Amino acid sequence: MKRSTKRRLTNGILYGILVLAVVLLGALVNWTAVKDNFFDSAGWGRDGNWDDLITIGVKNTIVYTLIAFVFGFGLAILLALMKLSPVAPYRWLATGYIEFFRGLPALIVILVMAFGVPIAFGWSPPGGLVGAGLIALILVAGAYMAETLRAGIQAVPKGQTEAARSLGMSSGRTTLSVVLPQAFRIVIPPLTNEFVLLIKDTALLFVIGVEVGQRELTTVARDLITSGPTAGTSTSLIQAALLYLIITLPLTRLVAWLEKRQQRAR
Amino acid sequence: MTVPTQNPTEKKSGRAIEVRELHKYFGELEVLKGIDFHVDHGQVVCVIGPSGSGKSTLLRCVNRLEDPTSGTIVVEGVDICDPEADLDDVRSRIGMVFQSFNLFPHMNVMRNLCIAQQRVRGRGKDEAIEVARTNLAKVGLAGKEDAYPAHLSGGQQQRVAIARALSMDPDMMLFDEPTSALDPELVGDVLAVMKDLASEGMTMMVVTHEMGFAREVGDKLVFMDDGVIVEEGDPVEVLADPQHERTRSFLSKVL
Repeated sequence: MKRSTKRRLTNGILYGILVLAVVLLGALVNWTAVKDNFFDSAGWGRDGNWDDLITIGVKNTIVYTLIAFVFGFGLAILLALMKLSPVAPYRWLATGYIEFFRGLPALIVILVMAFGVPIAFGWSPPGGLVGAGLIALILVAGAYMAETLRAGIQAVPKGQTEAARSLGMSSGRTTLSVVLPQAFRIVIPPLTNEFVLLIKDTALLFVIGVEVGQRELTTVARDLITSGPTAGTSTSLIQAALLYLIITLPLTRLVAWLEKRQQRAR
Repeated sequence: MTVPTQNPTEKKSGRAIEVRELHKYFGELEVLKGIDFHVDHGQVVCVIGPSGSGKSTLLRCVNRLEDPTSGTIVVEGVDICDPEADLDDVRSRIGMVFQSFNLFPHMNVMRNLCIAQQRVRGRGKDEAIEVARTNLAKVGLAGKEDAYPAHLSGGQQQRVAIARALSMDPDMMLFDEPTSALDPELVGDVLAVMKDLASEGMTMMVVTHEMGFAREVGDKLVFMDDGVIVEEGDPVEVLADPQHERTRSFLSKVL
């Protein structure tokens, strides 16, 4: 058999397996059940679920993500600088913090912040339960972003610091004007990734019951399983999934584009 | 911040750089093995030697980019190994030019030249820009104010780096192999700028492989090998008639 014929045959077999798998899967699925459970027409129309999902769910998800990202980023800068500090106790503190919060499920941090801390310390975080949940997300996001940022700072060539110091700039001024601006550029792609992770992590806030107007997308979708036009079906979850993708897909595409551009610039 | 007050006449009578019994270890490795060395005001001192001889380390000790293990270094009357010395102030008066330029890539040329003037010297924006323009013209790059380093050739980047150092009105300039990373056709422009500086009376310490420059511009030539100064003297004499076997063998390889 000729080499090219053989290759065509192999490819044909591979395509054949794929088509067979799809057809088999399609035959196994109970389409009526899928339609009734996931695509209840009452939810997709104008009077359906979209209003609640978007004006409450998507809005809060975006607001919470932005708050957690901004404050988490500030915390991350502090932690990254501590981790690179010449003062050893600062380094230990930062390392301990980062290892602690990266090693815990975010869900547990949220629960402890919302319900454990008020009991143990007799103190409730500002902003009620939502505030507690957001603080938990900030603490966790800060730990992840700190590691990214530290790598970015260390990727700035040593000659940059030397040039700044040789001009008489203090160590603080050098960090602020020369090192950090360059480190930020290096970490934009991985930070965008962490932003996407954070969007999805806000879904964990469903475990703390909050007022209707404060609920984020996943919670709103869960509510719509038990009440509203598509009660009793999972239609609202499918709709929420679509909305998540609409938010995250452009961002993940942006990361891919940024990474490609950065590789070219090298 | 205390700025050491100096009597100008006294300053001129002293030495610009005075190094005594300088030792430097990197871990177990001794790279400087007791260096005695000085640079007078207005003098151009060229330091040559094989790679690994410690010449760059010596230069980098002069503005404390490297910490000496032992010994004294006095720059413009300030003992820079004294823990009380204001290193930022000392460094701001010593211009340094690196082999790899080290311009700030996220700033345009004008910002590169102005940032330390404003943040360290405390100059106003207008004054800083004026000083920067003067120095850019001096290195032949007037009109490049808005360019970013990535868009300049190596030779242009190095001349911007020289202008950046000059904008601080330094008492002296340190050059760490300033032309080693350049394409051969770009070396001349940079050397010409350095020659102009020397003729204006700038105190200069130059680590270099450019023997032509050392012979033509240098007031003193220092040959280092294996962490010690093997030979020093008038560049023309040292290059024409080296007294030491190690100097002869090095020169025979590079000339």
